[in-house]
Amino acid sequence: MTQTTSFPLHDIATAPDTATAPRRAWRPGLLPWLAGPAWCCAAFVTWFWPDADDFPATDSLAIACAIIGIVLVPVALLPRFSAKAPWMIALALGLAAWEGVQAKLLLLPRPFFGTPQDLLDVFVTDWRKLGDSLLHSLGLLAVGYITGAVLGVVIGVGLGRSARFRYWVQPIIRLVGPLPPVALLPLAFVIIPSSWAASEALMTLASAFPVIVLTWSGISAVDPAYYDVARTMGARDRFLVLRVALPAAAPQIFVGLFMGLGMSFAMLVVAEMLGVKSGLGFYMQWAQGWAAYPNMYAALVVMSLMCTGLITILFRIRDRILGWQKDGLKW
Amino acid sequence: MVNATTPALGILLDDVSHGYDIGGRFTPVLENVNLNIAPGEFIALLGPSGCGKSTLLRLVAGLETPRAGRMLADSAPITGPGPDRIVMFQDPTLYPWRTVRANVALSQDISGRVDRAAVDAAITMVGLQGFENAWPHQLSGGMAQRAALARALVNNPRLLILDEPLGKLDSLTRLTMQTELLRLWQDRGFTVIMVTHDVEEALLLATRVITFSARPASVVSDITIDLPYHRHRDDPHLLALRRDILVQLGHSADW
Ligand SMILES: Nc1ncnc2c1ncn2[C@@H]1O[C@H](COP(=O)(O)OP(=O)(O)OP(=O)(O)O)[C@@H](O)[C@H]1O
Ligand SMILES: [Mg+2]
Repeated sequence: MTQTTSFPLHDIATAPDTATAPRRAWRPGLLPWLAGPAWCCAAFVTWFWPDADDFPATDSLAIACAIIGIVLVPVALLPRFSAKAPWMIALALGLAAWEGVQAKLLLLPRPFFGTPQDLLDVFVTDWRKLGDSLLHSLGLLAVGYITGAVLGVVIGVGLGRSARFRYWVQPIIRLVGPLPPVALLPLAFVIIPSSWAASEALMTLASAFPVIVLTWSGISAVDPAYYDVARTMGARDRFLVLRVALPAAAPQIFVGLFMGLGMSFAMLVVAEMLGVKSGLGFYMQWAQGWAAYPNMYAALVVMSLMCTGLITILFRIRDRILGWQKDGLKW
Repeated sequence: MVNATTPALGILLDDVSHGYDIGGRFTPVLENVNLNIAPGEFIALLGPSGCGKSTLLRLVAGLETPRAGRMLADSAPITGPGPDRIVMFQDPTLYPWRTVRANVALSQDISGRVDRAAVDAAITMVGLQGFENAWPHQLSGGMAQRAALARALVNNPRLLILDEPLGKLDSLTRLTMQTELLRLWQDRGFTVIMVTHDVEEALLLATRVITFSARPASVVSDITIDLPYHRHRDDPHLLALRRDILVQLGHSADW
């Protein structure tokens, strides 16, 4: 599962058990108890140090930090919090530093570099539109990706199992597959009247290719003895494909599914920026047009949460299905 | 595992020849093999490594069709694999994505006739109780082989095709499994064709010991062992037979 390293691993420190890494005995000590005070510190800086300009939502930010700080004090009692405490402290310190550098001292050029309260203000005032964009993006992504994934597995199985299918389909795959789907975007928007349908088609294409290739290679690599065992027990093709070939190739198929998901993220943003008039990409484009940089940052945050959330879901599914494997990367 | 009702299968091989293209050249593997196996016999196949024993088993299982010759199972031609002829391969080939229990239940999944009691009985018979929910990678080599044996036995085959089934077991487990195999065969009365490298094992278990020549394999000797069970390994008759067979396999007589 090497390709997964291309995704941000910001969550790794909070993963419940990183079984593969040698575990150093973790002495919690004082650290968990410092998380609450650290957040209260951030609240203190925000509240009492006067802003350099008239920023919105400074009060809300201070109150939010204070609430987090107070909540974290009893949370420190939970044993499983101790592993997360360093991160919570670092986040509070980082926030306080950002607040000091930008909101209080205004050291960086302004519209491009926002303040924490700017960002918070966007979430407070514009959450409805952000949420709406998120739902649109998710909808667009889901249809394209799921279609691409299913098609990819079906075509990959066909390529791996049938010589005649391979004869006709392999040349097409070789010609079309490596083409970056973005290159087809102008054409697609012309040929397909609805920009939504055009985007879905491209997203399907983008996610299908890696799934096809990896399913195909996974199916071709299945030990023929696995088929022999089932065949001597009277198994027909249906069983051989669904209950032997697919499970045996599943580790590879999941690699393809992860790569396809990454491809469809890229396709999603491009499609929303260039054609579809909704979604997070469109929101970002719009924010940039109005020089509303905090809105752009907010959309970026939402998008990143969406992507990492979807990757996490796919990892959960993989862990459930591939629980039989000796080891595997823990997301 | 109580219903010993399914009648055993008889096998007839008539001038069967087979071979493979290896590196662009045709290599004969079996040459004019003639065998008549009556229902209920326990056949042991011996032969030098690489002579074609596993190939012969694949033909009988119906996984491959011979280049020449006729193969009958109960006077019907063998055209493909069938669930009445169960093979236990040289490698355990358990499915790594199935637990031990699910692996043993494989034939039931295929046929759709679920019988959990039979699965549990087979697992107990090979001594794997407690490991029903283990993954194959958590088993030792011998345990995996026993799981494969349980998988082969679970659904009352009419012909059991075994390719060195006890090869990876330590000598004690091997003795137990030999006894179990014998008991099962006597109880259920299926036909057994078993490849083994162990001449003593062949003589202790089989009703007939068939020796093959080096590749291309053909039958060099076909000895009926007319001794009652349980046979004793020091039986002078068996010792004499053992010496004869070892000579046929290429050992010098003064060994
Ligand atoms: N699928 C195949 N393609 C090409 N050659 C094969 C194939 N299977 C077997 N052979 C060849 O057939 C010959 C006999 O192989 P086989 O596996 O039947 O031997 P064996 O008697 O079972 O040996 P062992 O006792 O070592 O298991 C070997 O020379 C091998 O190279
Ligand atoms: Mg062999």
